[in-house]
Amino acid sequence: MNKIDIAHNQVQTRENRLGAITGYVGTIGDLNTLAGGCGAQNKDRGFSQASACSSGCCQGQLCSIQNVVVIDHAAIGCAGSAIANNANFKGGARLRGLEYSNVRIVSTNLLERDTVFGATAKLRDTIVQAFERYQPDAIFVTTSCVSGIIGEDIPGVLEDLRGSLPIPLVPAFCEGFKSKVWASGFDSAFHAVLHGLVQPPRQPEKNNKVNFVNFRGSARKEIIRTFAKLGVEPTFLLQFATVEELRRVSEARATVSICGTLGSYFGNALEQQYGVPYIKTEQPHGIKGYSNWLRSLGKFLEKEAEVEEHLAEEEQRTRQELTELRNKLRGKTAVVGMGPSFGHNFTRVLEELEVNVVWAATWHFDQNYDHGDIPESTKRLASENPNLGTSVGDQQNYEVVNLLTKLKPDLYVTRHGGSSVWSTKMGIATHMLTDEFTAFGYGGLVNFGNILVDKLTNRALAKRLAERIKLPYTSWWLEQDSFSYIQDEAC
Amino acid sequence: MSDLNQIIDQPRHVCSLGGLQSVLAIERAIPILHAGPGCGQKLWGALGTQNGGQGSGYAGGHTVPCTNATERDVIFGATDKLRRVIENTFKVLDTDFHVVLTGCTSDIVGDDVGEVVRSFQDEGRKIVWAETGGFKGSNLIGHELVLSAIFEQYLKPAEEKIDGLVNIWAVVPYHDPFWTGVYDELAKLVGAIGLTPNIIFGPHRGIPALDLVPAAQFNLLISPWVGRKAVKQLEESFGTPYLHLPVLPIGPTETGKFLRTVGQYAGVPSTKVEEVIAKNEDHYYHYIERSAEVLLETRFLPRRFTVVADATYALALSRFLVNDLALIPNRQYIVDGAPDYEHEAVLENFKDLGEGLGADVLITPDGGAVQADIRKTVFRSRPLILGSSWERVLSKEINGYSLSVAMPVSDRLVFDRSYVGYTGGLRLVEDIYSAILADFQ
Repeated sequence: MNKIDIAHNQVQTRENRLGAITGYVGTIGDLNTLAGGCGAQNKDRGFSQASACSSGCCQGQLCSIQNVVVIDHAAIGCAGSAIANNANFKGGARLRGLEYSNVRIVSTNLLERDTVFGATAKLRDTIVQAFERYQPDAIFVTTSCVSGIIGEDIPGVLEDLRGSLPIPLVPAFCEGFKSKVWASGFDSAFHAVLHGLVQPPRQPEKNNKVNFVNFRGSARKEIIRTFAKLGVEPTFLLQFATVEELRRVSEARATVSICGTLGSYFGNALEQQYGVPYIKTEQPHGIKGYSNWLRSLGKFLEKEAEVEEHLAEEEQRTRQELTELRNKLRGKTAVVGMGPSFGHNFTRVLEELEVNVVWAATWHFDQNYDHGDIPESTKRLASENPNLGTSVGDQQNYEVVNLLTKLKPDLYVTRHGGSSVWSTKMGIATHMLTDEFTAFGYGGLVNFGNILVDKLTNRALAKRLAERIKLPYTSWWLEQDSFSYIQDEAC
Repeated sequence: MSDLNQIIDQPRHVCSLGGLQSVLAIERAIPILHAGPGCGQKLWGALGTQNGGQGSGYAGGHTVPCTNATERDVIFGATDKLRRVIENTFKVLDTDFHVVLTGCTSDIVGDDVGEVVRSFQDEGRKIVWAETGGFKGSNLIGHELVLSAIFEQYLKPAEEKIDGLVNIWAVVPYHDPFWTGVYDELAKLVGAIGLTPNIIFGPHRGIPALDLVPAAQFNLLISPWVGRKAVKQLEESFGTPYLHLPVLPIGPTETGKFLRTVGQYAGVPSTKVEEVIAKNEDHYYHYIERSAEVLLETRFLPRRFTVVADATYALALSRFLVNDLALIPNRQYIVDGAPDYEHEAVLENFKDLGEGLGADVLITPDGGAVQADIRKTVFRSRPLILGSSWERVLSKEINGYSLSVAMPVSDRLVFDRSYVGYTGGLRLVEDIYSAILADFQ
């Protein structure tokens, strides 16, 4: 385990830091054993489909902070995700009852000439124009394949401007070609926050805040109520956090995250750098995840009795409904396809509802988190169900479609844009988790169970589509082994 | 400011690799990207999912093959990897036509993609390639690069021209969320006066339509600037003449002009054209007459309008609003990244919009600058803002009525409707007045 270095202006990719892989097929037990020695060798593919990149994840996180500007030092297409980010940002405002506004992502619009002569002057000019236009509290500069290949000195430009612009100017390195794991872009964004905004705690006494890393915050009200029982207040990050709130995250009592992939770098960095404990349990989805997570937090806060009381109330409140849901879902089969932290946690959550998960596909896999340990969710699956079929692929749809053709599950439970479409076209009842608080705690598990029952109860659209629509794959491919294009990585 | 130093805030177009969506608009054709791992997702997100809710369809989205460039690829080149991905695309995907598009990484590194693709062409595969590295310009340029590559590397001269066959080139697929409806309506209009429309984009057309392109009697280009290169190329390669009309016809005034001009060019008897116009105008004015109370007497109606759109829609909407709804143009904004050398010809179109009115026009891809300019405008009634979903916030600030009609349209779902022609004019009046009526209720 390497110590996190927030003084340096960039963070290494997940491949280099966490032994992250994007190619694997086997069982969860074997994957866990290999991960123990960081021994899972990454695999390449003879055929690949368009995936996603760090730049998208990085921009998406940074632009969601209040009153900041993200300068994208790139050709204009790399700012294309600004549009989806804007829709998310407005959605977030709606959830919080705020007046909506637009995200501020400004592209330097690199052109052919810039690839030959460089464009640091243009970058400088863009930063100055954006500052004048918006008077932001901070400016982040995200990099791109072009800026990376032509070797733009971005820190140099920012250093030169520091005297004249009175706000943090922070680089965020997220060149798409550097990592196959788009979640490396989350780390780039959180690293930029740690490197450029977070300040050391002002006083030895901690405040009563708990950093809560999440995406959109739909369960804010419930969390505020629950945390109040433990005498703490959540600070939701990064969406709608202010620059001032981010400066002070070092003073919090603890850091928790809705998603291990999203928050583990930030949580571990704050723990290593400022002694803010990071809760490293499974994600707070389903009963086991939620209980362990809250107990672990309660222990740090010395509020164990309050936690037990809350859990008992929740258990009592939902017992009957959960029993009914399990009766309806018992024995249904499911395939899971999600990012690794959600994927392995939701495999467990589905089992809590007595759904039989027959395969867990994840979009990458971190052999270790930054605290040097295998993700807890993976360890549990490996001990409880070691023979579960598992694959890792950067959203290679041709593999997933082929796999679903063979496994024919009752349900496909997934996450990430576009992932629910193909299974639905195959007639499979599908649910895509658009809300990260789906199945959060006891109440969330009841909601999730109801979603699954509804999906299974009316499959009309999936049936109609499957009757009408031809999949874009050849029958030759659908007859092959699902993972036959996986091969040893070229070195 | 020269466009070499142009910054872009609130993008209303993406980069030339966005031409991948023009390939997907041709049925059973598929792009193969030799690009970074996230390029595709960002581009189809902006041009598709977040633009009228246009999704992946038959083989778009994450189905699109891509070499997903890695650090190793940008150091050592990746032509072998590209060759492998192309070979396996033929095995894995059930598609009929393939266009390899390069991204920034490949174009900077200098992979010899042409050499790879030519070897497949030599085997008789239907495959072409276009250099579309994002730094070459907008997706509208990318659309032109894709067309040029297909024309040059795939089309063969026709044995003979087919009388009355007209290729129609108009809006850029996906970039215009209404493109399927636009092409359908243009086909209907051209068909109504007795010509045979040929269009390569949209459902049930595809490669058979593409194969017919060299046999057309003429090419009809309906666009201020995008596509001019394409029709010129077809003229040079196949001797096909072209008719260039800058105005996409919306509503009775422009659609009448359109039918008369096309009819005259193609030698259609004017009695036939006038018959079609009269019948359609009857239909249009029936509804305008029926709803005159709401059209005239709704409280706080806009008198002036602002369009923030690509050159095609800025011009088409301005013409309709001036001539058929009697509104007065404020400054209009063209945000499609039109290259400098096109500006003069584009601006010329706004000097006389009809009724003795012209409009001042600002051409810039910088949406932030556009919005700052609109904020400075003094409005004497609630303005009508026809723009993109970026204009929703602005419109609220300045107490305007907003309708998203130009990329990005992330706040609407669009299937087969369009604003083109007579029925399209009715759809636009419905949408504008629905926005006004819903604003206070």
